[in-house]
Amino acid sequence: MIGRRFTADQITMVVVWALLLTVPLWIGAVGGYMALATRVVVLGLAAMSINFLLGFTGYMSFGHAAFFGLGAYGAGFTLKLLAASTPLSLLLGMLLGGVLGGLLGLLIVRRRGVYFAMVTIAFGQVFYFIAYRWNTLTGGDDGLRGFARAPLHLGPVTIDILNNATAFYFFVLACFALVTGVMGLLLRSPFGHTLLAIRENEQRARFLGIPIERHVWVSFTLSCFFMSFAGALYALLNNFADPSNLYYVMSGNIVIMAVLGGIRAFWGPLLGAAVFVVLQDYLSSVTTNWMSFVGLLFVLVVLFFPRGLLGFARNRGQREPAAG
Amino acid sequence: MTTLILFNVTNGLIIGAFYVLMALGLSLILNLSGVINFAHGGFLTLGGYVAYALSLRIGFWGGLIVAPFIVAALGIVIERTMIRRLYGRDPLYSLLLTFGLAFILEDGTRWYWGPQGLPVTVPAFLAQPLSASLFFITGYRLFMVVVAASVIVALFFFLRHTRLGLRIRAGTLDLDTVSSLGVNVRFLRSFNFGLGIFLAGLSGVLAGGQLGLIPTMGSALLMPSFIAIIVGGVGSLPGTLVGGLLIGVAAGVTTVFWPSASEAVMYVLMAVVLMVRPRGLFGEEGMLT
Repeated sequence: MIGRRFTADQITMVVVWALLLTVPLWIGAVGGYMALATRVVVLGLAAMSINFLLGFTGYMSFGHAAFFGLGAYGAGFTLKLLAASTPLSLLLGMLLGGVLGGLLGLLIVRRRGVYFAMVTIAFGQVFYFIAYRWNTLTGGDDGLRGFARAPLHLGPVTIDILNNATAFYFFVLACFALVTGVMGLLLRSPFGHTLLAIRENEQRARFLGIPIERHVWVSFTLSCFFMSFAGALYALLNNFADPSNLYYVMSGNIVIMAVLGGIRAFWGPLLGAAVFVVLQDYLSSVTTNWMSFVGLLFVLVVLFFPRGLLGFARNRGQREPAAG
Repeated sequence: MTTLILFNVTNGLIIGAFYVLMALGLSLILNLSGVINFAHGGFLTLGGYVAYALSLRIGFWGGLIVAPFIVAALGIVIERTMIRRLYGRDPLYSLLLTFGLAFILEDGTRWYWGPQGLPVTVPAFLAQPLSASLFFITGYRLFMVVVAASVIVALFFFLRHTRLGLRIRAGTLDLDTVSSLGVNVRFLRSFNFGLGIFLAGLSGVLAGGQLGLIPTMGSALLMPSFIAIIVGGVGSLPGTLVGGLLIGVAAGVTTVFWPSASEAVMYVLMAVVLMVRPRGLFGEEGMLT
């Protein structure tokens, strides 16, 4: 079973990368545009980050938008107040969300199940209110403006990722490869297998002498770091950050992307993000009531599609995700 | 200054009463069925709007009494057709389902009644302040608190002294045993869900008379209700009551000194409680944790 799963993941990986690398060739033909593809990759990374915790450790956080937004604001502040450096903005954005996530995690990791979800939502909202209320620093409801991603200087070569949408897409894709590579390596390490053990049977893992809280905390913190990295990329994509990046509705959207794609599959959340982002882009262009349709999508996915797109394609014999 | 503080403490208690009504409904559903009902705010909003629509035909009092029942009936229909299928599954799924329902309810309200706020006219004798010195206590505010308090007392009486209430409390502790003793658990959960939604609808009707109606009114009250439950302790209804009043007053008092921190103070309170007493003020160890 394990062997077959890795093979399936490898096949998916080849298909995913073939599609991602050739986006500029076919995106116009299917009616899309580069910024939309970049959005899919960034939000796909966010959904994969939350899935590190949700799908591979078995803990559902509904407050991860906070770390996404912190990454976005961190990147924005860096570019606006510190230095016009894209790599530095990504680094500091990731640190802001990751470090705060790690600190909050200390309060959160002892909770379980629905209680864990509630506490993460509630703490996530703290950062929303700070961003919303601290007008002088964050621009309040209007969002943080007045910054733009800076061109990349690689030795003698300068890449203009600000005006060239394709160049920026490939820059984001390189970042995506880096982070998902780290994620994949972590999940294949003994540490990653311990996380799976906790997901499958926490009590048994505890009896085997595994320090559960410490592992969950590390997994939570890592997923906060990944998440805020995705958020920083999102701020670079829009040259803008606003409080809705941190709102709990954003958390819900990211979780549904993961579930829609399949939380047991490594690449599932990316696929879910692609479907969600394209659908939302289309719906908001044809109807003002797109919120109802997005809500309907939530309901339909839960009732008829709980294992997600990649969950249906394979592993038919496996049981449904058990209570976490 | 004293008047100002008194004014804001009163405000806090009134807002706290809403938090309590809403949080008690959430708590009832969470405790018996393990479902975090994200759509609770949507039901609250719907309650307010249905009461408004009814009040145009059958008057303020008719709307006040009938609307919560209509909303509760809708809640039971949703429980029977959708939420029931998710019991025993990973709580992730019921969370996402109610999340989607919250979108639909809020957007549906906006679509049908429009995005602008609607004013609700309360009967004239309720709109007067009680006295010139206590200008901020209008008859309606007093009325709201009295209704909320009586409903809360009635709820606790029902849970403690009736057979059905006893079964709900027993089911909270051990649903399997209750089921094997011959209690119809499906009915119990439906009824309990309807009861929770009834409380949401009622708070919507009451809030509409004070704050007016806007489609986002429910989602604005949702987060404080979560905090009330966490502060009071998951699994404990008296805890939810204390938690709701506590954060209401804390937010009210903070408004006097530092208005922009009035939301943040609730979260600070929650963080402190979680650090000092992780299970919440009245929570039982091991309950849903």
